[in-house]
Amino acid sequence: MNRRPRFWRAALTVAWKDLLTEWRSREAFSAMLVFALLVIFIFNFALELKPAARAEISAGILWVTLCFAGALGLNRAWVSEKDRGCLDGLLLAPVDRAALYFGKLFSGWLILMLIAAVLLPIYGLLYNQNLILPGLLLFIALGVEGYLAVGTLLAAMAVQARSRDLLLPVLLFPVTLPALIAAVKASSTLLSGLPWVDVQPWLMLLLAFDLIFTVVAWLAFDIVMEE
Amino acid sequence: MEQSEIHPGQRTQRILDIAAALAVLGALAVVIFYAPLEATMGAVQKIFYFHLSAAWAGMLSFMIAAIAGGIYLARRQTRWDQLSLSAVEVGLVLMLMAIVGGSIWARQAWNTWWTWDPRLTTVTIMELVYLAYFLLRQGVDDPERRARFGAVYAVVGFLSVPLMYLSIHLYRTIHPLLLGSSASDGMQLAPRMTQTLLISLAAFSVLLAALLYRRVRLARLADTLDALRQQMD
Repeated sequence: MNRRPRFWRAALTVAWKDLLTEWRSREAFSAMLVFALLVIFIFNFALELKPAARAEISAGILWVTLCFAGALGLNRAWVSEKDRGCLDGLLLAPVDRAALYFGKLFSGWLILMLIAAVLLPIYGLLYNQNLILPGLLLFIALGVEGYLAVGTLLAAMAVQARSRDLLLPVLLFPVTLPALIAAVKASSTLLSGLPWVDVQPWLMLLLAFDLIFTVVAWLAFDIVMEE
Repeated sequence: MEQSEIHPGQRTQRILDIAAALAVLGALAVVIFYAPLEATMGAVQKIFYFHLSAAWAGMLSFMIAAIAGGIYLARRQTRWDQLSLSAVEVGLVLMLMAIVGGSIWARQAWNTWWTWDPRLTTVTIMELVYLAYFLLRQGVDDPERRARFGAVYAVVGFLSVPLMYLSIHLYRTIHPLLLGSSASDGMQLAPRMTQTLLISLAAFSVLLAALLYRRVRLARLADTLDALRQQMD
């Protein structure tokens, strides 16, 4: 009976720990943000973004940027735990290990959402396009959740392998592709001002991905963390 | 006695090998001599039989890999991991055959080597998923952990396949494609073509069984060798 509140309290504690260490060092956040801005600038020159073409591919650029920054953040979150020996401590804690998963997922999600919160206005400013739309924010929230739901599980595996930071993107990108496609299409449909009916299938797909993979990763996390 | 202990399952192996060789050669003969020549495409159309069969066997193999991975996670018996790993490897090869064959077919049918057709794209991304699977296994030294991680990734990777197909399919139907992506949906098969197709499918299923059996035996021997090496040290 007492188990549920304890579980979520443990998850929140893990998330709080992550966010606090991040707040004190700002290591991952600043690196991810600068990296994300650089990616946008690279796209600007690589694709020669003209005003007409821009509206259509804004969503794509934003999502590629978020994915790259997210992979960077995931690596950081787990490598620092492993290198400083914190992971053993966390695993020894007398709580359900799934709580660790949800804690990590939540802190990662919040950090990436903060990155997006900075990125959207800057992108809008650079390209004179209003991106602060409630619909877009919803898609980003859902897309980032799906991406990190798988990412948190795979990063926990990758960090225990030899070529860890090299391995994660290779493992992560093909599996999360459906979420990425759905998020990009939902966002670009919204940004091109098409009616909500056109957005709906993508939203459903995104929700299905989030649901399926959060549950699967939650169940598999215990197995990955066995020692 | 000594012989069969070192090479367990050699008899079954031999039977399967011969059956697979006969089945594939037989199917090839049927494709060449029995199947009718397609009116517009001619002989190139005959690739289709082996292309579809290889894709079917590859898909089946990936499914076996995911199921065996799931069973491994539940029971933790090494043989399920051996089966899962073998099925991924065999599936990769068969799928590659399907992609290359399909590409040659597409060149003739649609005048392009590659189209971003949902099935083709999904299958190619699957290949990437399972290549990543090998990279993951390579990076883990502890055999127990390698098996565990491999099984988790085989299951997660396979689960993303239906969603992948759905998303790419939606992507394509909303943006109509110039090249008919559903060309084979509307394809009418003559009875002789259907028969040939079924024979090829059966032949490739036997081939899959033979390859899988061989690969599992190899995995088992490799594990035995590892164990012996550790005894020596």
